[in-house]
Amino acid sequence: MSAATDVAGTAIAARSPAAEGFARFLENRLAVACALVVLAMVLLAIGAPWFAPHDPNETDLLRRLQPPVWLDGGEWAFPLGCDALGRDLLSRLIHGARVSISVGTVVILFATVVGIAAGLLAGYLRGWVDTVISRIVDILLGFPYLIFAIGLMAMMGPGLHNVAITLIAKEWVVPCRLVRGETLAAREMEYVEAARAIGVGPFGIMIREILPNILSPVIVVATIRLAHVIILEASLSFLGLGVQPPIASWGSMVADGREFMLDAWWVSTFAGLAILVLVLAINVASQGLRDAFDPRFHD
Amino acid sequence: MGRIIDRLLQLGPVLLGVTVIVFLMITLTPGDPVEIMLGDMKSSPEQAEVLRRDMGLDRPPVERFFRFVGNALQGNFGLSFFHRRPVSEVIAERLPATIELTLAALLLSLLISIPLGALAAVHKGGWLDRTATVGSLLGVSLPGFWFGILLIMLFSVQLGVLPVSGRIGYGYEVPAVTGLLTIDTLLAGRLDSFLQALRHLALPAITLALPMAAPLMRVTRASMLDVLRSDYVTFAEAKGLSRRRVLWRHALKNALMPTVTIAALETGSLLGGNMIVESVFGWPGLGRLVVESIFARNYPLVQAAVLLYAVTYVLLNFIADVAYTLLNPRVRL
Repeated sequence: MSAATDVAGTAIAARSPAAEGFARFLENRLAVACALVVLAMVLLAIGAPWFAPHDPNETDLLRRLQPPVWLDGGEWAFPLGCDALGRDLLSRLIHGARVSISVGTVVILFATVVGIAAGLLAGYLRGWVDTVISRIVDILLGFPYLIFAIGLMAMMGPGLHNVAITLIAKEWVVPCRLVRGETLAAREMEYVEAARAIGVGPFGIMIREILPNILSPVIVVATIRLAHVIILEASLSFLGLGVQPPIASWGSMVADGREFMLDAWWVSTFAGLAILVLVLAINVASQGLRDAFDPRFHD
Repeated sequence: MGRIIDRLLQLGPVLLGVTVIVFLMITLTPGDPVEIMLGDMKSSPEQAEVLRRDMGLDRPPVERFFRFVGNALQGNFGLSFFHRRPVSEVIAERLPATIELTLAALLLSLLISIPLGALAAVHKGGWLDRTATVGSLLGVSLPGFWFGILLIMLFSVQLGVLPVSGRIGYGYEVPAVTGLLTIDTLLAGRLDSFLQALRHLALPAITLALPMAAPLMRVTRASMLDVLRSDYVTFAEAKGLSRRRVLWRHALKNALMPTVTIAALETGSLLGGNMIVESVFGWPGLGRLVVESIFARNYPLVQAAVLLYAVTYVLLNFIADVAYTLLNPRVRL
């Protein structure tokens, strides 16, 4: 509907819904600022070897638990201080961003693709395909997230790959339910009937007709879930089930600092703060996306 | 009624599916359970074979599954490798601590979220509403394990007003009746012990409650806003009832239904959060035991605990759904 007119008869700018949504998003300054924060952290993670002042795994026991620069005993070369092995906290923080962001992105990407495929099949084909997929979804929903992850991690053993596989195995349910619902509604629409009438096959209809029309809520939900997945990865790393030492991850850095709560608060504080800032920024930005793209949120 | 029967019919397959997955999780685990169980003990291959047969590990998987279900229904989950005692016994020992913490967190999150959500709706757009909105955003973005550590650093290390870990201090123990220390201490008539138990419970309960309170507050606020716009509230006000009475007696009562439903769904975050929070605060409950058991490769215990958590969660959701159906005449068809 590119050249529609509103009630008053004035022409509405010929823009696609996506472009309109994006324009609405840009008006939300807080959300844009948060999106920029996320972008900055992504760039920092990608360029970690260049941005980090030191090797994140270089130990120096003379600098054991050295405080941040603004406290007595701190120095500019190690602005956020050092951990129990004398490793530079800032460098570990920058490298740790890689783990959080890459696991989060990979999990959401795979889970969304699997969820879209399963949701389209269940919603469009109905019948036994729908029954099987919906039962699997119901069963997976029967597990609290972390419990499922812990059970599966117990079987596969700790490690970053296993964390990602575990989270994907549970996360795809979220986009699947959404896509199934939207597909059920879409398959009765005229444009789908029209495609069917001119002989487009079921897979052509699912991928070329239905998918583009239901994609925007799926993307919005994916960004909201990204924040959730990042916290889950950090939680598993905190428990020692995620990346294995000496690789830095924010969750394991918080765990490292637990023993030194009495005399070296900085070891766990900065890593936790980094998780909070990233997750908060993603949450605010994704709410902005939702408000901009979901027609229910703007009159 | 139809809806309840529908849900009841779904319950069976879901519980069965959950059990299959838990069974597969452990059965597909690489490594020989017999070797793990024997650990460093010197044993001959024949002895290992006897143990394998005793544990039923020489049977085909399908038979083992039915045996697992049959045993599980009788509360028999085998021996805990690590404790060399029945898994059910070890779990029963740890369960009260987890139940106490979970209930306290549930209560706390309702106590925070309902008044705050209702007030935010009544004063929509005011400073309280904005503070609550920002607060709930922070609540869902805070990593629980880190927040717990911050609380310990502030209240235990810096201020020294609350204990770092454990359930009760030395010398304050009371005989176990329910296993919930806040209740047992009162039954024993020991007010000093009760306060001790409460002081130990405070920080873990707050840490566990906060991520749950945030979504609950948002739901209460949204549902309260809906109710406030409805005709019967306008009518009650027009009838001359005081605003306070209309708000708290009429509006809130009706606004709470979605909150209760979401509360049941969010107990999943409480059950999972247990493991994190109990690990941070050294709380001697089931959650910490599960985490320790993973590293000790104590699979029978992990299996039993994961099944227990999942079945609890499925049943809680079922109960919430039935309660919602019974309470809400619009759903009851």
